[in-house]
Order: sequence, then C-alpha cells, then structure tokens
Amino acid sequence: MPELLTVQNLVKHFPVRRGFLGRRTAVVHAVDDVSFSLGENETLGLVGESGCGKTTTGFSILRLIEPTSGEVCFRGENILSLPPERLRHLRRHMQIVFQDPFGSLNPRLTVERVIEEPLLNHEDLSGAERRIRVQEALVMVGLLPEHMTRFPHEFSGGQRQRICVARALVLRPRLVIGDEPVSALDVSVRAQVLNLMIRLQRQLNLSYLFISHDLAVIRYVSHRVGVMYLGQIVELAATKALYARPLHPYTWALLSAVPVPDPRRARQRIILEGDVPSPMNPPAGCRFHPRCTEVKSICREQAPIMRVVEDNHAVRCHLYEDGEPWNPAPPLHRKPEAGDKQPKGGNA
Amino acid sequence: MWVVSSRMLSIRNLKTYFRTPKGLARAVDGVSLDIGPGEVVGVVGESGCGKSVMALSILGLLPRPPAYFAGGEILFNDQDLLKFKPDEMRRLRGNQISMIFQEPMSALNPVFTVGNQLQEVFQVHRNLGRAEALQNAIDMLAKVGVPAPERRVREYPYQLSGGMRQRVMIAMALACRPALLLADEPTTALDVSIQAQIIELMTALKEELDTAILLITHDLGVVAEITRRVAVMYTGKIMEEAPTLDLFDAPLHPYTRGLLTSIPRADASFETESLTEIKGVVPSVAALPPGYHFEPRCPEAIDICRAQAPALEEARPGHRVACWRAAHA
Repeated sequence: MPELLTVQNLVKHFPVRRGFLGRRTAVVHAVDDVSFSLGENETLGLVGESGCGKTTTGFSILRLIEPTSGEVCFRGENILSLPPERLRHLRRHMQIVFQDPFGSLNPRLTVERVIEEPLLNHEDLSGAERRIRVQEALVMVGLLPEHMTRFPHEFSGGQRQRICVARALVLRPRLVIGDEPVSALDVSVRAQVLNLMIRLQRQLNLSYLFISHDLAVIRYVSHRVGVMYLGQIVELAATKALYARPLHPYTWALLSAVPVPDPRRARQRIILEGDVPSPMNPPAGCRFHPRCTEVKSICREQAPIMRVVEDNHAVRCHLYEDGEPWNPAPPLHRKPEAGDKQPKGGNA
Repeated sequence: MWVVSSRMLSIRNLKTYFRTPKGLARAVDGVSLDIGPGEVVGVVGESGCGKSVMALSILGLLPRPPAYFAGGEILFNDQDLLKFKPDEMRRLRGNQISMIFQEPMSALNPVFTVGNQLQEVFQVHRNLGRAEALQNAIDMLAKVGVPAPERRVREYPYQLSGGMRQRVMIAMALACRPALLLADEPTTALDVSIQAQIIELMTALKEELDTAILLITHDLGVVAEITRRVAVMYTGKIMEEAPTLDLFDAPLHPYTRGLLTSIPRADASFETESLTEIKGVVPSVAALPPGYHFEPRCPEAIDICRAQAPALEEARPGHRVACWRAAHA
C-alpha cells in the first residue's frame, strides 16, 4: 500500500503555567515520540484510555494544535513546515469527525449551511452547484435531500453524526480522522454509523485514522491498530494479530479487561493496579512499569524502544529484547472448560 | 426489623409518567420485575428506555410534578414504597436501599471532604458520634480499596481520580450494608482498566455483604459479567426477561437479537464479519408510534404487531418475552 500519511517522532508538550507571572512550572507530555504510517484505503485504529494522547495525536496531524516537534508527511509533504496558504490547500484533503454530534454542529445553521461551508472555503462553485454537492453528500450518508432545510436539533444523535460525516466528505478528502465518532451514540445506532463509514471507505477510497477508547469498535473498523499509553504507542500491529496474540502486557491486560457479551466465557482477567499516572511527570524507565505484571529491574531504569518482533508487529517492551520472549496465553481465546467458574452473581 | 421475603423487591405494573409541555411521556409503562435477596439483576436498554426512571422511582427521587405514578406498586419486603411518606423514605434511602450513579463527580458534593460525606451516612443512619463515624468511614474506604484511607478522608472529590471517586460512591452506598443496591451505569464513565477494577469490587462486596444489585446499563458485556438475570427494556416496557445464560444463548425477542448482533466484540475467538444494523432510531417516549412501539424497527413484524402491543408472556420457564411471534412459536 502506498503511504498517504507518515508520522515521525511526533511530540506535543503542553506547558503548565502557574502563579501571577505565569511561569512555566511543569510540562504535560501529551504525545511523546509517536511514529506510524497510514496507507491508501487503510484504517489505522488508535486505542487507549483517557489521557493517553490519542486525540492530541489526531489534532496534531491536522495542526488543529501545533505539535512541539516531529514530522507529519501527507502525500510526501511535511505539513508541519508548510506555509499557511499551502496548508490551507492541503487541509481540504484531510477532514475530521468529532465525538459529540451535538456540540460539533452549529444549532443556528441549517443542514445545508453546515455542509456547504467547506465548499465555500475551498471551492469556487455557484449556488446551484453547491446545492447539488450538498444533496449528493446527504444521500451518500443515507439521509434525504429534503433534510437540507432542517436544523440540527430536528435530528437524532445518529442522524447528526451522519451530517458530520457528510460535512467531512463533501470536499472528497483522502484522509478522515474520526475522533471517537460513535462513542456518543446509542448501541443500536452505532452499527449503522460504523457500517456507513466502512462502506464509504470502499466507495470513495478513503483512509481513516480512527481514534477510540473502545477496543471492540477499533477491532471492527481497523486494518491495523496502535495501542497508546501515556503519550506513546506501545504496540502496533495488524488487527488480527493484535487481538489474537497481543505482545505488550498493557494490551494483554486491556483485552482481558473488556467486558464481553458472553456469560459463558471463561475469565482470566488481569486487573491493572492503580490509575494511569499523570502525563505531567510520567514514570522513569518504561512508562507502564508501575502497573505492569511482568516488570523487571531494567524497566524501572531504561525506557524501551519500539521494535519489530514479528511480521509488522512492533512493540515497546523490554520483554522482547533478548532470550525467550514472553508468551502468555491469548487472553480471550480460551473456550470454557469443565470446572471453570460459572458467571458470578446472585443465588436465585 | 424488616422481614425478608423471597421477593425482596417486587415492582408490579409500575407506571411512571411525566407531564411535559409536549404531552404525556410514559417513561415507565407497566413494568413488573422481582429481585430476590442477594440476587444480581440487570436492566439493559438504550437511552430513553426508562431504565433510570425506574430506579429513581424505587427511591422516590423523581421531582413530582412533572413526574407522577399512574399506577402499580413497588413492594419492598411487602411494603409499598409508593405509599411511603417523605421521612419514611429518607430513613430507607442510603440505609436499606442505596444507589450509585454514572458520574461520580456530579454525585459527590465538591465542597465537602470525602470523609465528611461518608461520615454523614453513619451519623444519620447509625446515630454514631463524629469520631466513631469517621473511623467507620476510614474502614469503609479501606474495604473498597482506596489506598491510604486516613489521608483520603481529608481530601475533596476533585483531588481523586474517576475510579477513586466511584469507589467512594460505592463506599457511601454500602456503608449501611443495604439489602439492595441500585447501580445506574456504574462503570460507563470509567476507562476499561478501571471499569474492570470496579466490576471486580462490586462482585466481591456483593459476596461479602450479600447485597442484591439492580444493575442498570446499556452495556451487554457488563451484564454478561455479573448478572444472573436480565431484563431488556425499550420505550418504557420490558421486552424480554430471562436468566442471563438463557438470554445470551437463545434470545427470543428480535430487539434483543438485534442488540446482540449489532455490537462489535473484542474477544479474538469471536469473528465478526459484518454487524447487523437495527434500522431506524429509538423513538422518544413523548412521541411513540401507534400500536406496538418496536414494530417500525422490527425486521420480523407481522400484521398483528401494527395493531396491538403484545403482552409480556412466559415462553419458556423463567423466560418472558413480549413478542407476538416468539410467544406463540
């Protein structure tokens, strides 16, 4: 797959200013040395818990926030060093869908005004041409052309998210960043929006950077998945490999902790102790070491680097540096056996 | 003392309606559900299905008006909670029945310390003195796994992480060893790794204190983890109710089947080629379609569904379903 987007050593630090003089007292390491690439027609999922830097990564790529350092190449051009005029031109190929379809649509604008705004900014069309494009976009996302004259409050959450998708696609972009696009939706509507996004990817040759905290959603939409923890990608692999055989102890624990709608499934849950540490002063050595079940002395002193240990399967962990690799049973693969604990709860 | 019956809580044909400017909203419309002592029952449904209103009805926490009870009864140890006077209700709440909420930050008072709020439970319901109540508060925090509880009691909610706040909420709810805990989306606002901690904690405490739990959630995964029995709600009515294993093994209602096949799964042994969609959207309870409310979205609807809503009937032992086709299959 030719690469559409490559991200190299992306770093975003937010200074924390305190006191009357606004002196810099600390730094939040929101994103620290993130690298990945995204091919044409590909979906890369970024998954992690709150505060892991997944949204900051997405925003940095679009320069909605200015990264501290690193390189973001879109079709071979480094976005971070582009002059504003050139950046504006490139932006039309990169769009974003936000989490909250209630907060990301202006309540005072009709659907037509909402969707035509990108066209007004980027294309020189007549009113009639714009109207046709808006109608096409609406039909594409499964709404009706006559919905154009309505206001956002007349739509349900799922329909609003469709409007957001239509707005993102009306310029026919190459890359769409989805920042938790289905997290605010009802369960029965989520599948509709996910299937819509997958269908549109095939139709329009889109690449998605799909950001979510939901491991199940990420698995469903992504070709490859990056797992983030405290501003770093700790594991990056093809979806199937990552879920069947996670290599990083954090991924392992996350997968074992997801509640699965199957009461018969045997549990070998790894419960991570404590909370995610503050990105203001991340732990020395490996950032995951205070919560890791497999921690060794080297983990406290030295930060591991990302290394490819299997085909297209990279992991940031000391366990894979030398000698025998850590080889746990896949967390969710085991079928229940006789003598397994029955699901807990009640004595009715 | 309360007499413990085999059905500790029995909700019978409960109707909680709201008078709104747009008309009458039948948020809970004829729900019947029993919970035995120490039992864990799940109520699943999407937003607006009435699951939270049902829980708030049990505790008498709804503002009246606009809410009113149009019928039914809520029997707690054979006494009808709907007939309780406000001060009787106050003695019961937090003592015999308590509740934890989705967002622990907004459920805790930001201007009092954690110790203050937890201590109050013991002072009000157990008539303990300040020092003794504080000691109990510290013990309770230790029980729910808050590290350094002696230090934490002096902290304010904003100083705690989301997981710690939910632990404090649980400590508060279980302080008086209630017979029944209503848990409204207790893990929804939490991260996956913290969610697992809280589920584990609730299960352990349930075993230790023998508290019955009514778990309200939209997450079928959480239901599968900890409940024994589950009811599926839609537009204020129970669509299906069954032992958890039965419901997942052989769901009878098209809505339940739709929910189960429309959610993506993270377990590697389960392959999802493509997700089934439930067409349409959840209707607002203030503007319900005529006839049977699920009919417009149902892939298997037949003529009678358009005309009349089916009653919740027992299709198999212990397995109730409200569907014309499933009940008479």
